Amino acid sequence: MTFWSLLTVNSITFGGLLFLLSAGFSLIFGLMRIPNLTHGSLFMLGAYVGATMVGGLIGISTDFWIAALVATIVVAAFGAVIERFLLRQLLGNERAQVLMTLGISLMVADFCLMVWGGDPLNMSTPAHLGGFVRAGPLAFPLYRLAIIVIAMIFAAALWYLLDRTRLGAMIRAGVDDAEMARVVGIRVSRLFTIVFALGAGLAAFAGVIGGPILSVYPGLDQDMLPLALVVVILGGTGSLLGSFVGSLIIGFIYNFGQALLPELAYFVLFLPMLLVLILRPQGLFGRQMP
Amino acid sequence: MTGRLVALTIGAIVLLTVPLWMPGIYYVNVTSQILFYAIFALGLDVLAGYAGLTSLGHAALFGIASYATGYILGLGAGHTVAIIGAMVIGLISTAIFAALSLRATGIGFIMITLALGEILWGLAYRWISMTGGDNGISLHGRPAPFGIALSDANAFYYATLLVFVVSLAAAYIFIHSPFGAALRGTRDQPRRMNALGYHVWMIRFWAFMFSGLLTSISGILFVYYNQFISPPTLALTSSAEVLLMVIAGGAGSLFGPIVGAALVVIVKSIVSGFIERWNFLLGAIFVAIIIFMPDGLVPGTQRLLRRWRSAAKTAKAAKTRSAS
Repeated sequence: MTFWSLLTVNSITFGGLLFLLSAGFSLIFGLMRIPNLTHGSLFMLGAYVGATMVGGLIGISTDFWIAALVATIVVAAFGAVIERFLLRQLLGNERAQVLMTLGISLMVADFCLMVWGGDPLNMSTPAHLGGFVRAGPLAFPLYRLAIIVIAMIFAAALWYLLDRTRLGAMIRAGVDDAEMARVVGIRVSRLFTIVFALGAGLAAFAGVIGGPILSVYPGLDQDMLPLALVVVILGGTGSLLGSFVGSLIIGFIYNFGQALLPELAYFVLFLPMLLVLILRPQGLFGRQMP
Repeated sequence: MTGRLVALTIGAIVLLTVPLWMPGIYYVNVTSQILFYAIFALGLDVLAGYAGLTSLGHAALFGIASYATGYILGLGAGHTVAIIGAMVIGLISTAIFAALSLRATGIGFIMITLALGEILWGLAYRWISMTGGDNGISLHGRPAPFGIALSDANAFYYATLLVFVVSLAAAYIFIHSPFGAALRGTRDQPRRMNALGYHVWMIRFWAFMFSGLLTSISGILFVYYNQFISPPTLALTSSAEVLLMVIAGGAGSLFGPIVGAALVVIVKSIVSGFIERWNFLLGAIFVAIIIFMPDGLVPGTQRLLRRWRSAAKTAKAAKTRSAS
């Protein structure tokens, strides 16, 4: 009983992290029509920046949430630079853009290895979230529950942003039909930068708050990127609801898979993707893939 | 035409005499590497260049053939069985890859191949009872067909050269056949090809199978060369590396991927003498080529040559006109 409920909580926690990661990925894909292969690297970069600040590797140890904020801003700015100065040059040539993000991801991964070395960094959970929550005979780590709450808040905020604000309406218009959005006077190119920075920031934030659970190590990018990909293939591109449902499904499959079939955990991820590709190639909540 | 024939003859003579003039075994081995990577790059080029379908999961197919060779040999089977078995497994995997990824084209295709590749990489890491996990699978010895022991570097080089020539010829015939023309048609005008009565999906599928065939062949050569296979061979970095070969050399030409393979292998073996990791450089070359030479070295140079030639021709014509 304890085992199953803990596994469930872990699955939802992981699903929450995946949501923060894949929501940006999905939005970038929806708007710019490219899978951003730097997304795993941005997650890792955020995690490293956070771990460095929290662990006091630069001399002073900062508060967890300040570290998360700084990492988010730094990586979001980095994302904006990538979009504005590298991807923008290749506008209209999606294949070249994808390869560009691939090249950048290789450079970021090697850069992290150079700066932080090959040993994993452990991150401590924020002090006030260290304990356990007891519910009858069960005890859940408070931090994991906090991640679930944070992910929910972000999901609501993102939903509000996209569904209720002017910026969100512009983004949705861009996702639906970029040409038409341009015609009615929306500066779609500026939306590209905003959405890319937003996605990068979300990925970095997920990296920081995921740090205490996953620890931070070289190769983290390569572990997370395929998960984001699978979530988005599953949920459909450009759809917030799709990333939300997809993340939860993958969170469950990944955690239960790892507990029950450790050797094939990665492979069982493949099954829902396979089913979706066969039955509904555009994803559960997506429109036709370009 | 005669110029091309001369170039081919010179190329053949150079390749045939490599062990004679190369200063050492190390360099012969590097040339062997270039050749089997060139087969791999040709395989990817059939898809990425001629079919317009950029795959980011080809290292997984390459790795499957390598792992299959190692695994079957590990069961105690002979080299013939292992090689045939690896080819069959490689082709079956290719068929599955193709059936899934050809649900989409363009970016969707890139994403699905990437996801499939990453899943197989993860599987190679974690399915320890099958793949040995991080430790990989080691081979013990190379085959000795007709009594020629390929454990000798020169003998292995010539065997690789033979396979390379056959693969190149096969790719040449494939590309210049009516099927190859139809394949380019599906790349440039899929809807028109469909309207003309071509089965676009089927054409792409068989192109994928041919690509998988070349990829499996190079994977088997790779594992015999290294005597070892481990998960990093399947990683996204490896798929990126071979894609860089294709794009750097020039996708959609047969010569381009060979040049690209030579370039990448040589740079990699030089660089690895100085710095520990080469991924940063790999990424930087990627970015630079995409920005400065998006169509690759071979077509880029050809274009420059053509421009230079036509400039010379017009200059000449202008001169004769002014003289008369």
